[in-house]
Amino acid sequence: MALLEVRNVGKSFGALQALDGIDVAVEAGSFHGLIGPNGSGKSTLLKAIAGAHFPDSGTITFSGSDITKATPYERSRAGLSLKFQITAVLPELSVYDNVLLALQSDQGLWSLLWSRTRRQLDSEVMTALERFRLADRADDLAGELSHGQQQWLEIAMALAPRPKLLLLDEPTGGMSPEERRVTGELLQPIRNYCALVIVEHDLDFIKDICDHLTVLDQGKVLDDGTVAEIERSARVQEVYTSRV
Amino acid sequence: MTAILSLQTRRSGKALRILPIIEIVTLVVAIAAPFVLSSRIDLVTLATNVLILSMLAISFDLCWGLSGIMSFGQALFFGVAGYVIALVGRDLGFSQIWGTLPLALLSGFVLSALLGAFLLLGRKTPTTIFVALGTLTGSYAAERLVSGWQYVGAGNGLSSIKLLRAGSHEFVEGMAFYFLALAILLLIYIAARILMRSQLGLVLAGMRQNEERLAFFGYRVQLFKALVFSVAGAIAGLAGALYSYHQGFIGPGNMGPGLSTTAVLYCLFGGTGTLIGPILGTIAVEVITYALADIDAIKSIWPVVLGLVLLGVVMFQPKGILGFFVSDRERVGSYGARPRDGA
Repeated sequence: MALLEVRNVGKSFGALQALDGIDVAVEAGSFHGLIGPNGSGKSTLLKAIAGAHFPDSGTITFSGSDITKATPYERSRAGLSLKFQITAVLPELSVYDNVLLALQSDQGLWSLLWSRTRRQLDSEVMTALERFRLADRADDLAGELSHGQQQWLEIAMALAPRPKLLLLDEPTGGMSPEERRVTGELLQPIRNYCALVIVEHDLDFIKDICDHLTVLDQGKVLDDGTVAEIERSARVQEVYTSRV
Repeated sequence: MTAILSLQTRRSGKALRILPIIEIVTLVVAIAAPFVLSSRIDLVTLATNVLILSMLAISFDLCWGLSGIMSFGQALFFGVAGYVIALVGRDLGFSQIWGTLPLALLSGFVLSALLGAFLLLGRKTPTTIFVALGTLTGSYAAERLVSGWQYVGAGNGLSSIKLLRAGSHEFVEGMAFYFLALAILLLIYIAARILMRSQLGLVLAGMRQNEERLAFFGYRVQLFKALVFSVAGAIAGLAGALYSYHQGFIGPGNMGPGLSTTAVLYCLFGGTGTLIGPILGTIAVEVITYALADIDAIKSIWPVVLGLVLLGVVMFQPKGILGFFVSDRERVGSYGARPRDGA
């Protein structure tokens, strides 16, 4: 059984059918890209998986449990993590405390009040910051980081609780080519413990990092397969490349 | 000036920290004040009132400055607890400190927990405006209710409230009541500071900035909010009981939007989210009010002058008077012990 199974999911906003009978399966440890022209439903699908909104029809199963109507809190506890499209670091907290906040989310009220895990989480916070090249900015306010660094910080935060599945919505948006390359390098090691679903407009980045692609068009799955299969797909060539 | 005073060093996080200095100076002044003012009982009474109203200001700061809950109804818990202990004194003849002050805490806690459950724990995440209007409405409705309820004195309120007692000792206006209020304020301050600088305080600070992000981390944001709201309500209740005993009076105006809004102003004036800021704001507003009302030339227009001063601070110094002395980095601070700093 796949780690994440999206079955026949539909979602409309008024007269607009944003998702129409979507089927997607994500295997454990795979890097799965969602691509398609603007308005194809990529971000809507990602938000439905994350719990930012509920689908009108269909089911979403994660690790064998039906999470179609689960709250973001319940999805997070099940091992699902999200990086928003618009950077959502907490600008008035230090870089260090942003990551600590993500790491301590499973702690009880009493433990938090008495700061019982602060010392034991310190090495994990610093490891996460070092991995994303932010250790020397640990004490700075997150709002003082560059855009690219804020994107890295948010990925570090999303990965901090060691989720089973990470959802990334346009992680390289606004980054320089060099920052995009580094982002790809930084994400590779997580394959050992975490699957990835990524929405991204940069097709070169997607091809470099992903091993499976689902192409959406007008709220439907246009094609699905390995990167090589999608590159050879006549339907994708015809519909997707003509618009992008 | 801020940059000079803070002398922040980027990496170590170590700096000349201004907040602890302000806290210590404020405490020293608070301890010395009644001795300096001992010849003027009216000023000792004013100082005691400032201490009690500072508790109300802290209760609002926990809601808004720390957790992002815009409560325009803190006076509701203040007033209800004041009425509760007044009625216990009048109808049961009981005013022992070991029973009445915990009762006031409980009254504020239960009432704010009920209102918080209604406003904060619905299916949909409540907006800031919804919570602000909900708390304001609660405060206004309570004021109107007691204004027409004869059992609680209607518009005249309850006066000649039985004195607070500890065994056979009665707390009357003056030194003893002042130091009782100071000791209680100090305990509340220390407890609030521990909360604010703990890992739980980090969660609340995160909530204030982006509660959706916190929910996606796996935090039950609304439950945290309801808990803080209830604790803040308990503190407001304790302040209300002390106010009733100190003034010997509680009336509808002590639970209405007027006092609720004043608590907001204390915090905005002093600097929200800092705990000491709201205390400085309370001192400043109450002392300015007292001084302006005593000047013959502006006796009739002093509320206008005060209003303009407050408006100026809110518009041109949104971080309050504390913002003149404390850097953003120090105001934000850190949470829990800092292992890397050897703390």
